[in-house]
Amino acid sequence: MKYRLSHLDALEAESIYIMREVAAEFERPVLLFSGGKDSICLLRLAEKAFRPAKFPFPLLHIDTGHNFPELLEFRDRRATELGERLIVRTVEDAIARGIARPTPGETSRNRLQTPTLLAAIEEFKFDCAIGGARRDEEKSRAKERIFSFRDTFGQWDPKNQRPEVWNLYNTRIHPGEHMRVFPLSNWTELDVWQYIDRENLEIPSIYFSHRRKVVRRDGQWLPVSDLITLKPNEEVCELDVRVRTIGDISCTGCIESRASSVKEIIAEIAAARVTERGSRADDKRSETSMEDRKREGYF
Amino acid sequence: MFTHALNEHSELLRFSTSGSVDDGKSTLIGRLLYDTKLIFEDTLEALKRSADLTGEGTINLANLTDGLRAEREQGITIDVAYRYFATPRRKFIVADTPGHIQYTRNMVTGASTANLAIILVDARLGVVEQTRRHAYIASMLRIPHLVVCVNKMDLVGFSEATFNAIREEFMDFAARLEIRDIAFIPISALLGDNVVERSANMPWYSGPPLLRHLEEVYIGTDWDLTSPRFPVQYVVRPRDDRWHDFRGLAGQIMGGVFKVGDPVKVLPSGKVSRIAGIHTYDGPRDEAFAPMSVQILLADDLDVSRGDMLAHPDNLPYVASDLEARVCWMHEEPLRPNRKYAIRHTTRFTRCIVREIRSRFDFTTLQAQRPAPELGLNDVGRISLRTMSPICFDPYERNRYTGSFILIDEATNATVAAGMILEPPKSMPATDEAEYII
Repeated sequence: MKYRLSHLDALEAESIYIMREVAAEFERPVLLFSGGKDSICLLRLAEKAFRPAKFPFPLLHIDTGHNFPELLEFRDRRATELGERLIVRTVEDAIARGIARPTPGETSRNRLQTPTLLAAIEEFKFDCAIGGARRDEEKSRAKERIFSFRDTFGQWDPKNQRPEVWNLYNTRIHPGEHMRVFPLSNWTELDVWQYIDRENLEIPSIYFSHRRKVVRRDGQWLPVSDLITLKPNEEVCELDVRVRTIGDISCTGCIESRASSVKEIIAEIAAARVTERGSRADDKRSETSMEDRKREGYF
Repeated sequence: MFTHALNEHSELLRFSTSGSVDDGKSTLIGRLLYDTKLIFEDTLEALKRSADLTGEGTINLANLTDGLRAEREQGITIDVAYRYFATPRRKFIVADTPGHIQYTRNMVTGASTANLAIILVDARLGVVEQTRRHAYIASMLRIPHLVVCVNKMDLVGFSEATFNAIREEFMDFAARLEIRDIAFIPISALLGDNVVERSANMPWYSGPPLLRHLEEVYIGTDWDLTSPRFPVQYVVRPRDDRWHDFRGLAGQIMGGVFKVGDPVKVLPSGKVSRIAGIHTYDGPRDEAFAPMSVQILLADDLDVSRGDMLAHPDNLPYVASDLEARVCWMHEEPLRPNRKYAIRHTTRFTRCIVREIRSRFDFTTLQAQRPAPELGLNDVGRISLRTMSPICFDPYERNRYTGSFILIDEATNATVAAGMILEPPKSMPATDEAEYII
């Protein structure tokens, strides 16, 4: 193995290269940090790419306002520990300003993140946003380039993507356009967890098994919070659960689990029979809901 | 059975699949995922729901990879899709490239980083023009390993004679290409014969099933570890008292091994220094090799910036402004001589002018056509170009990363070509950078 890299080292080397391309080629990049496991990996990759210098970009969180409280505490603390600038823009504020409009009856705010993000990109004149999306998450993501071009409306056009050959990314854009860049494109959910384990990265407590009040809805355990209105025949249970992916609390499903360490999570994921996104209600609305949201500018 | 694919030291193998329409690429990938138990229950349920809706009745494995709305509506694959799976021995990244429309462009997109290419051949049809085209492109891209999967063996009665005839025909034609390693495997992607499990229907085949081949093919020499190449990507300069003199040349090693203490030459300026340190977040290293991403610290305070290249003084790349290259044209608007484009080579952007289209490659006859007035979408041809400032390169056949480039239309920013630099004629001196200083 002397001059060979393990798969994790090979993925890491590629991701660091991608981060540095962003830093070298864009004037005003930003890194999207939600406090979730994928963006936690992005932060470590940024440390590896740029330390001992500071990051050449701020962090941005598009806050739905529908959060697991554990996540916000973690987000703020992590940014402080790293000594990096964190910008927060909220869906709440975007609704108040009329930029985002909730659909009647829709509790999830994931869709409303899109106009909020686009407004933030415009406000700060960001020309590139680094995100933690992975191609194994969802079938339309599997088709997306690592450097994903967005027009002046923030739209993704899957039929008109730039060919991406070797490691020669075409970073050229016109004013008003921007690029979304996904350094974890080639990582899988398992790679992310193996990396968190190897790098000994701290993650929010909700990823580990904890006792929580949940309710069964559409085949999922949804966390009971102020944002969920119980239907007449629904019964609140208290279970040992954890989350695999974190979104808006009103639509993030929990799984029953006793995993209390990263190693146990890895063993659980390796044996899992359901995809990670299987626990996101907003992805189940139609066969192409992710693609449709991405066309509108979702990251 | 593969649920504990957790080996931290497993290697990464990137492969691409190509073939004509209906050769069963998507079915093959679906089969690999299905038989390695890597299709999740909710994905299967979604496939079942969609099978009920369309009245197909049975699950269509191809729908696993055709993820876009338009692809499902039309039943075709539009763009490259990337899939991931793992066995305890290796992790795999699969680029599923459509054979349908815009084939050359898509295949180049999917295959440029691949260690291995799978070409599917329909056993009933044998070697067709698309097969030749795909093999030629795999050869042109210097994909180190090729696997020809003769698919749909169930539809030819699992006939050994049919398989042998196709293999012979392919070998005759491939003799004119430069492919180091070819394997032939008779399969039925639909039924699963020789994909993950050995087929009982073809006892005459003594080789491994496809998955085992993918796990075992030797990829240790796929990176060139003899010629040290370090394109400088970014300069890390902390504005911080503790790191006042720190100046890390950040980049990914694109060839060879760099050791602390080694002399290095900075190209194109030609200045010489020594490696004072190799910095990583995880601490200093004594040596680093391709394809690691590191920061190199030089002993002397030289002017080095993005686009420059570090190499060993005894093993230098070419430095030149006049290049001969093979290109795959990727845009509807054709290439015509005397046009100017932006060129991206390693970490350097500069401009260039295409001086001449030397020839256009005809995939039917496998001959170069001269003269060629233009190159259209999906054409492959040979061109000569002159860059505005000199670039440091190796011939593509020696290093896929220091020998490749893309051309960009400066008005639209579209990526219009993927290029592979050819060995310069003998009359050109290997590096004598003094002649090329701007």
